[in-house]
Amino acid sequence: MSTALDRERRRHRRSRLSLGQRELIWAYVFLAVPLVFFLGIRIWPALQSFQLSLFTWHVDPAQREYIGFDYYRELLSESRFHRALLNTLLYTVIIVPVQLALGLAIALLLQSVDRFRPFFRAVYFSPYMTPAAAVAWVWGWMYSVNFGIINTFLIEWSIFWENLGLPWLAIPPQPFLTDPSQALPSVAAVVIWQHLGFQVVIFLAGLQGIPRTFYEAARIDGAGAWALFRHITLPLLNPVMVFSIVISSIASLQLFDQVVNINFTNQGGPLDSTLTIALYMYQEAFGRFRMGYAAAVTVVLFLLILVVTVVQLRLASRKVEY
Amino acid sequence: MIQFLRSLLATAALLVMAAAFAQPVEIVYWQYDYATRIDAMDQLIERFEAENPDITVRQETFPYDAYQQQVAASLPAGQGPDVIQLFYGWLPTWQRAGYVEPLPEQYFDTAELDEVFVPMAQAGKINGQYYGLPTAVRSLALFYNADMLREAGYEEPPATWDEFIEIAKALTEKRGPRFTRVGYGFAPTGQDHHLVREVLTRQFGTPPYNEDLTEVLYDSPEGLAAFEFYTSWATEHEIGVTSFVPGTDGYRNGFIQLENIAMIIDGSFAIGSVENGAQFDWRVAELPVLEEGGVKANFGSYWMNGLTPNAFEDERTLEAAAKFLDFVTQPESMELWLEVVGELPARQAMVDDSELASDPVYGPFIRSLAYATATRFVDETAQRDLMVRAMDRVILEGVDPAVAWEEAAQADQALLDQFSR
Repeated sequence: MSTALDRERRRHRRSRLSLGQRELIWAYVFLAVPLVFFLGIRIWPALQSFQLSLFTWHVDPAQREYIGFDYYRELLSESRFHRALLNTLLYTVIIVPVQLALGLAIALLLQSVDRFRPFFRAVYFSPYMTPAAAVAWVWGWMYSVNFGIINTFLIEWSIFWENLGLPWLAIPPQPFLTDPSQALPSVAAVVIWQHLGFQVVIFLAGLQGIPRTFYEAARIDGAGAWALFRHITLPLLNPVMVFSIVISSIASLQLFDQVVNINFTNQGGPLDSTLTIALYMYQEAFGRFRMGYAAAVTVVLFLLILVVTVVQLRLASRKVEY
Repeated sequence: MIQFLRSLLATAALLVMAAAFAQPVEIVYWQYDYATRIDAMDQLIERFEAENPDITVRQETFPYDAYQQQVAASLPAGQGPDVIQLFYGWLPTWQRAGYVEPLPEQYFDTAELDEVFVPMAQAGKINGQYYGLPTAVRSLALFYNADMLREAGYEEPPATWDEFIEIAKALTEKRGPRFTRVGYGFAPTGQDHHLVREVLTRQFGTPPYNEDLTEVLYDSPEGLAAFEFYTSWATEHEIGVTSFVPGTDGYRNGFIQLENIAMIIDGSFAIGSVENGAQFDWRVAELPVLEEGGVKANFGSYWMNGLTPNAFEDERTLEAAAKFLDFVTQPESMELWLEVVGELPARQAMVDDSELASDPVYGPFIRSLAYATATRFVDETAQRDLMVRAMDRVILEGVDPAVAWEEAAQADQALLDQFSR
């Protein structure tokens, strides 16, 4: 009896909501599903990893010992971690501006051609769709000192100019990945090449969003090409640039795939010259089973990304005056 | 009514118990992904299940590069294997983190194991307790391309390192600044770090570590001489370069497929790959020595089968897991493993009376077992890295070998200290 009454009451209550309110509720319900997923898969493990970093690691949770911030102290004195940190920043400093400049330049060129634009766009985008492991592997061969196509070219090039009596134009073969001082820029070049297409597409979309009328009006006022770029394109592209910078910075700070795969034999080598924080974390966690310590590394990486992103958003999204 | 219910309950309980006994126990076995190993294990499981109808074994494998990662993530979640194969060098780090448990005394008698297995199996012991047993063991030997050697006028493989250098030099070819063929396939991250740590140091007169693994001993004039000798192959004699052929197994691929590497030092586990891939007259020889009649040394290693905490969940699982572990380390299993995978048996009696000692391919490896040592690592990954670093410092950066060697010894000592603490 009482159940029938309850049902009746509930129906009454529900009918008191307007259609709009009901839609809103459903919207929240649907949004809650990905939110739960996000909280469970991203946020909760992130908090857990902070907890992990305060304990020694053991399969059995009962045997984990609380050690406070010992791992963080160890991190600070660990020279491999310093190296990983420095390298990660170096990667970011190289990759982000070069990718941005090249991406913008290519997008502008593509914007100005009418024929084959989809073709060129596809060509620039294809590396982005190739698995990082495959890219790294092929580049590993191209960089090879003894078999690589790049050095074959350098040798032929040098012979050509020496034969012409211009030996100062010759470039000797380079060690690339086998030289601790060249390895990092070599890997950075691969990452730039691979992600360039993504930047190009983003910039193309941004360029297409700028109304033609702005350019036409400015041209009538006598503005040159540089003035158009400086005073219309650049400021109106600002939101796209902020997005591009933030995305590529995060990707550079998390760099892992290419580094792991390009130098299979000595990951992060030679002599840690290509080591990144993400790779260092991986090696400590899964090579040496030091989960607590590795968790501390991830916490540092998280903070680093947080700080860099906040600073970038602050700096880059200032109000722009047109 | 109550009477009826009670009898019903009793019947139900009986049925459940009967079902539990009739139900086969399932245990899970993990090893890394390698065609011949999987095949051999499948055959062993089939035999085992025929003998033990109440036990089923499920084999799961993962790519080598992701293996430790899978293990690290699964076991804390209460998932994963009951019986697991691990490289013996990983044992200390795994044991510390609780991924493997000591073999229970009621099923395994330590004194007996000491007796029947080859001495290197003792590297699977911590504090006097075994944590796992090998189905097979491996040693190192020199693989050489006999066609190339003959072409340069050498009928016999090198017996001493001086001969080795001489032959390697004769076979190394350069065009301009680039090597087109090398006499020796350098592999610092492959077997070379073992070669230096365990073989050359002993040949030059010092064991790498003391007995109770608290002290680095290679930090001595003899040890330094061994290291200087190895690096001189690259810096002075130029019989090869590191990363000559790109890739993890570049040195092996160069030897087998590209045929631009005349000699490599590799483990018996490489026999299968060479056999399947090499299209030339390849042969195997024991590792060279310093001088005729000089000290022989070799690096022995193995994958051991251990029990994870999962196996200890209940008595029936433990019994099944222990039975299976025992089964895969029986002589018949070792024979099958040798036949299918090509790895050497791990029981002393089988090594002693083996006809294999005179086999042209297995012979050098079997004979090497007599003087092979399995390095007692405390942290194989870190100890390999510091050795590779020392080599790179000298070969790539031109640092004085004495400086690089001292750095390695200090880093190594720090790891030992950390472990014994």
